[in-house]
Amino acid sequence: MREELLFRVDTPYRRSLPVKGWYFGDPQQKSLAVMGSLRGNEIQQMYVCSLLIQSLVDLERQGLLAPDAGILVVPCANQFSMNVGRRFWAADNTDINRMFPGYDQGETTQRIAGRIFTAIQGYTYGVHLTSFYLSGDHLPHVRIMATGYEQAEEGLFFGLPYVVVRHPQPYDTTTLNYNWQIWNTQAFSLYTPETESINQDTALQAVQAILRFLYAKGLCLRDVPSPGVTPEILQESCLHNIISASGGLLLRARAPGDVVKPGQILGDILDPCGGQLLEHLRSDCTGRVFFARKSRLIDGHEVAFRILPDARCRVIPSGEQA
Amino acid sequence: MIEQVVQLPLAVGEDLVIPKNRFGSGGKRLCVVTGTHGDELEGQYVCWRLARLLEEQPDALRGTVDIYPALNPLGISTMTRGIPLCDLDMNRTFPGSERGSMSEYIAARLIRDMAGADVCVDIHASNIYLREIPQVRVNENTAERLLPLARRLNMDLIWIHAAATVLESTLAHSLNALDTPTLVVEMGIGMRLTRSYGDQLLTGLLSLMASLGMWTAPVMPVAQPIVSSDGCVSFVNASRSGIFIPSVAHAAYVEQGQELGAVVDPLTGDICETLKSPASGLLFTLREYPVVYEGSLLARILGGGI
Repeated sequence: MREELLFRVDTPYRRSLPVKGWYFGDPQQKSLAVMGSLRGNEIQQMYVCSLLIQSLVDLERQGLLAPDAGILVVPCANQFSMNVGRRFWAADNTDINRMFPGYDQGETTQRIAGRIFTAIQGYTYGVHLTSFYLSGDHLPHVRIMATGYEQAEEGLFFGLPYVVVRHPQPYDTTTLNYNWQIWNTQAFSLYTPETESINQDTALQAVQAILRFLYAKGLCLRDVPSPGVTPEILQESCLHNIISASGGLLLRARAPGDVVKPGQILGDILDPCGGQLLEHLRSDCTGRVFFARKSRLIDGHEVAFRILPDARCRVIPSGEQA
Repeated sequence: MIEQVVQLPLAVGEDLVIPKNRFGSGGKRLCVVTGTHGDELEGQYVCWRLARLLEEQPDALRGTVDIYPALNPLGISTMTRGIPLCDLDMNRTFPGSERGSMSEYIAARLIRDMAGADVCVDIHASNIYLREIPQVRVNENTAERLLPLARRLNMDLIWIHAAATVLESTLAHSLNALDTPTLVVEMGIGMRLTRSYGDQLLTGLLSLMASLGMWTAPVMPVAQPIVSSDGCVSFVNASRSGIFIPSVAHAAYVEQGQELGAVVDPLTGDICETLKSPASGLLFTLREYPVVYEGSLLARILGGGI
């Protein structure tokens, strides 16, 4: 293991901030890069990296990394915001994950993105531990951008229940995941339910998923048992959004993973002061709860739940495409 | 007549309302839009002046003017640039989706309301860091169609910039894609009103309306803007962190090599960096907010090849 300084961020009124990487295996090889928190509230993502580093230290010590494996883990690139409790770059509220591939002559967060990208570019595989803009609980999954270069089947090797393929919107084209793909790295965004707080069970699940992927690719010599589910690839557009009509207090009756039927109550919205029922939120299909909003306050026309329907669109593996 | 374009219940005893004020009826339609970013207030003055004028001189109007002063009312009311709660940049959510989250739904409803207008003017005010001269920004893909309209707006500069995929999520791009000509105005600075710039744009809006046959009262003549592409714009970014002290005035003409300012260290008294102009020309952007980081934009100069 080599702990190296990737670059520093100089700031007025605060000490120069180091961004560090932890390297494992053969320094000449670029097999897998793992990016942790780019945002100041991604505590779970940084924690997952710290657990991964501990696991890789053990594996390396025991000689269980493949001779041709070269792994880099960057747990955190935004302590500037993390240490003051802000999600985005605290000086101007810009999002580093909307600045890729970066620009070395540009604004501050463009430069930071550029330096990160320089450090993690050229790897065969890339994993970004990231968070979703909707605050809520997801089923653990791997997300891939459909850039035309993606190989969704590779995501199955993580052993998580779902590989979600997203067709990028224009604003997605400046994310790390998208740009990794464009620059020939097979990129996966790995989502666990928590962001600001730590969930040790799902953090461990994420670490095991990455180690399982390393084993499947011959980069690690110790297998990680499969969780016993058959992973599947699905299009994000298959998910059914359950939208609130009312604003009020959200009381969830169902949690991610629950099986639901059409008309079944997923949660209630109550008048926040009088307490009367304003709305039952009901499933519109047979399926499984994939996402549940976390905030207990909800506005009208917000996504309260996302349901993965049993009858869903099949993703055609790339090999079958015309 | 004031109409609610969007009305949605918030969580606790309040509705989110995005209003517009419609003047006139039938004929050609102009949309004047602002308040997408909650920290940009220059457009508020323009909307106020225009609404008063239309109220006072209804007989001069031929057609319809829709004024949307606050696309992001929660942002303006809380001094927040993005949409509070989700902290999204509203101008990266268009064209939105009626089946998406609240921000996507709002974007879709706004697009539906504005689409089909003869012209839309989307007024921005830089941000809290930079001061801009009055300018129209036009994507190179729409320049041919929009340039004649932009020249009517009485702005000092028309900047024809390169297309970027990420900008396809903006209100202007989405409306232009729907064949609704939309001009983006940038002027002044965030969280402030610059009355002279607002008055200048008001004259431009009346000139634009007159050119479309929508305004019959006399209009003051408009100045001819400088028209520039990206190739004529030079950027000056900080190489060091510290406090930026400019040594030139905004909107001045500067010479190549002329000192623009310095980045200094208040603790040690050191001058960390002295910034020189890379070109001779108009200093059309100047940093107002003094705290800078490596990479912070300090100035833009329009020079070379104009």
